Amino acid sequence: MDALLHQIFSGIASGGIYAGLALALVMIYQSTGHINFAQGEMAMFSTYIAWELIDYGTPYWGAFFLTIVFAFAAGVAIERLVIRPFHNLPVIALIIVFIGLLVVVNSTASWIFGTTLKTFPSPFPSEPLWNNHYISNHELGSIGVVLIIVAILFVFFRYTTLGLAMRAVAENPISSRLVGIRVSWMLALGWGLAAAIGAVSGMLVAPILYLDSSMMGGVLIYSLAGAILGGLDNPWGAAVGGFIIGIMENVLGAYVIGTQLKFSVALIVIVVVLLLRPAGLFGRTVVTRV
Amino acid sequence: MGALLSVKNLTAGYGETVVLHGLNFELREGGITAILGANGAGKTTTLRALCGLCRRRGEIEFDGKRIDNLVAEDVVRLGVAHVPDGRGTFAAMTAEENLRLGAYLRRDRDGVAQDFENVYTLFPRLKERRSQQAGTLSGGEQQMLAIARALMLRPRLLLLDEPSFGLAPLIVQEIYRTLRTINQQTNVSMLLVEQNATLALDLADHAYLVETGRVVISGESETVKADETIRRSYLGY
Repeated sequence: MDALLHQIFSGIASGGIYAGLALALVMIYQSTGHINFAQGEMAMFSTYIAWELIDYGTPYWGAFFLTIVFAFAAGVAIERLVIRPFHNLPVIALIIVFIGLLVVVNSTASWIFGTTLKTFPSPFPSEPLWNNHYISNHELGSIGVVLIIVAILFVFFRYTTLGLAMRAVAENPISSRLVGIRVSWMLALGWGLAAAIGAVSGMLVAPILYLDSSMMGGVLIYSLAGAILGGLDNPWGAAVGGFIIGIMENVLGAYVIGTQLKFSVALIVIVVVLLLRPAGLFGRTVVTRV
Repeated sequence: MGALLSVKNLTAGYGETVVLHGLNFELREGGITAILGANGAGKTTTLRALCGLCRRRGEIEFDGKRIDNLVAEDVVRLGVAHVPDGRGTFAAMTAEENLRLGAYLRRDRDGVAQDFENVYTLFPRLKERRSQQAGTLSGGEQQMLAIARALMLRPRLLLLDEPSFGLAPLIVQEIYRTLRTINQQTNVSMLLVEQNATLALDLADHAYLVETGRVVISGESETVKADETIRRSYLGY
């Protein structure tokens, strides 16, 4: 029983990480209708920036917020310079661009920052609360940060004009232009916000997995599974999906299929959800009358 | 008094295809002008060209300013609202969110709140369905929503692309009655594109008949209505 509780708690902890990156995926999906496969690599790169800043002597939270600003700017720049020119191509071509971006960002990070593992500090105290041995403060803190991001995103998309405009652009670019929304800037903004959220998730992952250029590869797959499970158009859903995937991965890995195969949990979830309930658990099924 | 909108020698098209071959027309402030024509005559393209949604050449002057080099986002900023072909509904959003998007450029909160009331008075059905997903509204309701969305801009010129398309006659009558009310209440100018000439000529004060991208007949609605060609080919009596 104790061992099972352990697995569940560490599942919740890794779920928090998947939820963070899942939110970044949802962000771009909401504003453009695309899945950015390079999201994890962009997050990893931003985490290196944070590492450099901390190494240089910047206090943790200073580095944290500077990195978010950097990631936002880099996200906007990537959309403008790399994605924009391929704007009118079919989805399949865009997927190739995303994969190309993944490879380029990954190799650039190895080239600039080297390939040795780096330790990354956690902003949370190391002594666990109430001396529990189930969950560390860092894991609890990560979950809290993810929940805060979800709440902010929810309010942003639901209640602000800018959030409404971003959803409008994803759904109907021409009608959006006709009400005066500058579509291309909304897309860039979506990329910027996604990159900023990704950077946060990268900085939360790094203290657990150690920082290196392949840190986010697996995380991206789990996050994608989480986002699809919860619903790609719903930040709450994607976050819950991330947590569910984390728990499933740990529990199934420990008791059912073994740790070697636990990666396949994510892929199975993706296939099953797309077959049975493509909108995800909490996603909205769009009904259109024609 | 000068015209609110004046179009000179407008050519427009998509890719290699030229649809409009030098269109000329004018629209006076507060008036309703209809552009009539059969399928493929270039009616929708005319509206799209005015808004910068397709490639075009020629002179388009709105309120004394040239707008033929502006992109769609900037044309709206001058107060030109487009009710597009196919209604342009944001299907996954609620009816109310569609209206909020119509007011995207507005900064006057009180005025926007007032206009919500106004469009709900004009279209009570939209008020009933305001939290419903817009894609699930009936065709007529979606057309009302499209018109209401355009009104939320508090436009000076309303471009209407076949508001009767695919709707039951009773609904069409209701929509046309409401358009007349809107024009009388707010003095917004309207450029109406319509296949149904009877309807359009009843509402409009001026009309142009377009055939294969050229204006062939123009004048006051009464004159156009009396024209032999129009009567036989478009009014059918």
